Amino acid sequence: MLTLVNLVALLPLVVVGTTAVVVMLGVAWQRHHGITAWLSAAGLVLALACLPVASTALSSPPLMTMDGLAIMGSVLVLLCALVTVALSHHYLTGYIGPREEFYLLLLCAVTGALGLVASNHLATLFISLELLSMPLYGMLAYSFRAERSLEAGIKYLILSAAATAFLLFGMALIYARTGRLDLAGLVAGLATSPDVWSLAGAVLMLVGLGFKLSIVPFHLWTPDVYQGGPAPATIFLATVSKLAVFVLLLRLVMTAPAFDSDWLGTLVTVLALLTMLGGNLLALFQPNLKRLLGYSSIAHFGYLMVAIVVGGALAVETVGVYLITYLVTTLAAFGVVTQLSSPFSGEDAAGLHHYRGLFWRRPWLAAVMTVSFLSLAGIPLTAGFIGKFYVLALGVADSRWWLVGGIVAGSAIGLFYYLRVMVTLYLPEPGMRRMDATNDWGSRIGGLTLLVVAVLILILGIYPTPMIDWVAGLSTAAL
Amino acid sequence: MILVWLILIPFVGGLLCWQADLWGDRAPRWIALATMLFVLVISVVLWITGDFALPGESSRHWLLEWRAPWIPRFGIEIHLAMDGLSLILVALTGFLGALAVLCSWHEIDHRVGFFHLNLLFILGGVVGVFLALDLFLFFLFWEMMLVPMYFLIALWGHSGSAGQTRIRAATRFFIYTQASGLLMLVSIIALVFVHYSNTGELSFSYDTLLGTDIPDALAPWLMLGFFIAFAVKLPVVPFHGWLPDAHAQAPTAGSVDLAGILLKTAAYGILRFALPLFPEESQAFAPVAMTLGLVGIIYGAVLACGQQDIKRLIAYTSISHMGFVLIALYSGSELAIQGAIILMVAHAFSSAGLFILSGQLYERIHTRDMRIMGGLWGRIPVIPGFTLCFVAASLGMPATANFVGEFMVLFGTFPSAPVVVVIASVGLVLAAIYSLLLMQRVHHGPEYRHGALAGPDAREYGMMLVLLVLTLVVGLYPQPLLDITLPIAGPAAELFQEAATELAHRAGEVN
Repeated sequence: MLTLVNLVALLPLVVVGTTAVVVMLGVAWQRHHGITAWLSAAGLVLALACLPVASTALSSPPLMTMDGLAIMGSVLVLLCALVTVALSHHYLTGYIGPREEFYLLLLCAVTGALGLVASNHLATLFISLELLSMPLYGMLAYSFRAERSLEAGIKYLILSAAATAFLLFGMALIYARTGRLDLAGLVAGLATSPDVWSLAGAVLMLVGLGFKLSIVPFHLWTPDVYQGGPAPATIFLATVSKLAVFVLLLRLVMTAPAFDSDWLGTLVTVLALLTMLGGNLLALFQPNLKRLLGYSSIAHFGYLMVAIVVGGALAVETVGVYLITYLVTTLAAFGVVTQLSSPFSGEDAAGLHHYRGLFWRRPWLAAVMTVSFLSLAGIPLTAGFIGKFYVLALGVADSRWWLVGGIVAGSAIGLFYYLRVMVTLYLPEPGMRRMDATNDWGSRIGGLTLLVVAVLILILGIYPTPMIDWVAGLSTAAL
Repeated sequence: MILVWLILIPFVGGLLCWQADLWGDRAPRWIALATMLFVLVISVVLWITGDFALPGESSRHWLLEWRAPWIPRFGIEIHLAMDGLSLILVALTGFLGALAVLCSWHEIDHRVGFFHLNLLFILGGVVGVFLALDLFLFFLFWEMMLVPMYFLIALWGHSGSAGQTRIRAATRFFIYTQASGLLMLVSIIALVFVHYSNTGELSFSYDTLLGTDIPDALAPWLMLGFFIAFAVKLPVVPFHGWLPDAHAQAPTAGSVDLAGILLKTAAYGILRFALPLFPEESQAFAPVAMTLGLVGIIYGAVLACGQQDIKRLIAYTSISHMGFVLIALYSGSELAIQGAIILMVAHAFSSAGLFILSGQLYERIHTRDMRIMGGLWGRIPVIPGFTLCFVAASLGMPATANFVGEFMVLFGTFPSAPVVVVIASVGLVLAAIYSLLLMQRVHHGPEYRHGALAGPDAREYGMMLVLLVLTLVVGLYPQPLLDITLPIAGPAAELFQEAATELAHRAGEVN
């Protein structure tokens, strides 16, 4: 039964959900872009403020759990959503159609993500996942007059539906085997050695979640959707959606014994290797920055899957640290794309040629881009290096030499295209200019957020101790 | 605290240079010059006031030490320390840094501030490498100096024949070093976790990790991880692919830094980390390393003879010279290791001199192709004379520092590996051939074009003179360098001998 005490633990979810309703009513009453954006941001901040209260709640609500992992996931989801809102405002200013609904969709998706990171039961898992995905279709196809955006939305819709079918079938198989849907029940039901049905169920669920995380060979949608979606929607997809699904996957693997078999471990290892190498290789000669970032995110989740293979306390900590570093980096990289494409006018500035000589006309924007690409490449003094260090340490500590070799090879390949983008920023400017940031980008809220994120990349890279302490504290609480 | 400042000064100076761009082109140059001279002065003062007596029996002797916790979760500290070896190399960094600023005074004429930012960041990273004693911190600086070097080559480099080659050269340089660096990181982490499972203490500290008892199956691999990272940077022959291109495309300042200092970080790394952390494995590996060194000496020298591009020629001679250093480091003899250190210093002077000279030639005749030089002796005053001096130094003429270094290396290695020394001596003959070829093709022979060219101005003249004087001083009176490096070379050689007896002992047990 849901009691009032339980509601305290659900407070962030409730706040975000309420904000969505308020925003909807507000839009129905009178359209105002600025106020809508501020209202959404206020709701997200309020939810963040509620989190400390929620984490002290004594009992978890039914079907959910508010453990360390959930807290960590919620904080990251809310922060990323906040940055997305900040970046969206400037981007949408020039959009011709209705602008306010974007925030509505975003808030709904955030609600789903918050539920997903805390879900402790296959039913909540499924509902939250759908609540996260459905608004994303709308967000990706938001500028539906642009062909690519519409294509991205529909592609994601169809493939995501297929993935959902896999996921549901997997759940059904596991349910047929155990008769339980809550994770604790699954653990009890599968305490004996897993048989074919439960294994098949686990693999099908893995496939379903693998689609969302764009793990090779389920990655085919990624480049098209990244390229086609409007930049803020792509940011949301690359950060919040992936982060929430990954946290959930980690929770599944950590608790359910069906994922603990050797055979499945080998499968995940092979998938991880394929993902980290495949993502990097596909990105090598990619001239489109958004596609390139899409492939790069595939590779990064390949590295992150090392944690799924290894498991244990250090794995949770690794996931936390790596996700944080990945998120700030991705936010910064896509943030620059958003700035260059703002205010909205047709397709985004995604071709590499738009970025040629950026340093000589927008030095700070180029500096942000450089820092974020250095961080993607895992160069010391940026956050990305700390993440890479953690993953390598995890692999070495568990003697997974294949995976370690994969990370080293993947990083070496990755350097090639990261460097290519970086040096483009500093080459002499071409004669013609097509897309450029507005002159006042730095004094707008989106630009300021972007600068803060970039500084954060450096701070986390130079003095990561507070982040590590925070994550380590939460991950020990998670076990 | 002064160690922290040694690292921070170049970084702060670099940022200042970037911003000083607003005040015109001259400001960044002067700031950069002042910064590097400041580093040089600090290290010289430390040298003069320092106490380099042989270490007491009790503990390792650091001239200066500074430590502060950084990431306690993994036992990572900011641990800096300086001994004689680091001091020499830091002073060298300051000196060559100042030269690099001076030699790009007229060569670099666009984006001056950003250029000096990159230049000073490289030097800051190098100083960090020479001072870091925490393995994590060492790796951090090791990787960090790559990024500005990449930009230096990619943005201010000379385009080669086909379009974008400077970017390709820079990318290749970066990928070679970064990928091999990651192998070292894996080795470092593995070493730390082995130590953790032995003692339950997570630490990246050099002192703590020394003498870790590594399982026999793992140890050679970890040693290889370190060795490959250093071998790429030194460079040792199968890993040298990046070097000729990087040198040929880099601006003069980049070449001076690469040849003068960056290559030395690898030799420093072997001496400071690879040998002491894995003495037995290194001892067992020594024949392989020496063979690679020999291959490098001969290969570099032979290829140098066939080059048309003057900077590529000098680049290949670097490979040859570094072969001597590698042999010396793995010989386990105190004399040879000291010789290697002197050779490092000498090579820094002579190769920097040759690179600066080829930069000056390029400013005058706008080519590096030796086929269209010829007969410059009659057309340019003074510069050909200096070239002759540095060429003589490069081929190891007595009275130059290179002679002292090579002589000590060969003399010290002879007792343990006479065959290696005999073959390595062939390299000296080849050195004479390529050096004289360089001189002959550029400055003698028929004049390709006529007309007198400008002689060196005061700045160029001064740089050459200082380098030449230093080469001669070290060549004639190397004792101060020997005094200061004895406390490092002695224990390193001792460690090697102990490992050898240990290995022999074990082999005896097996039999």
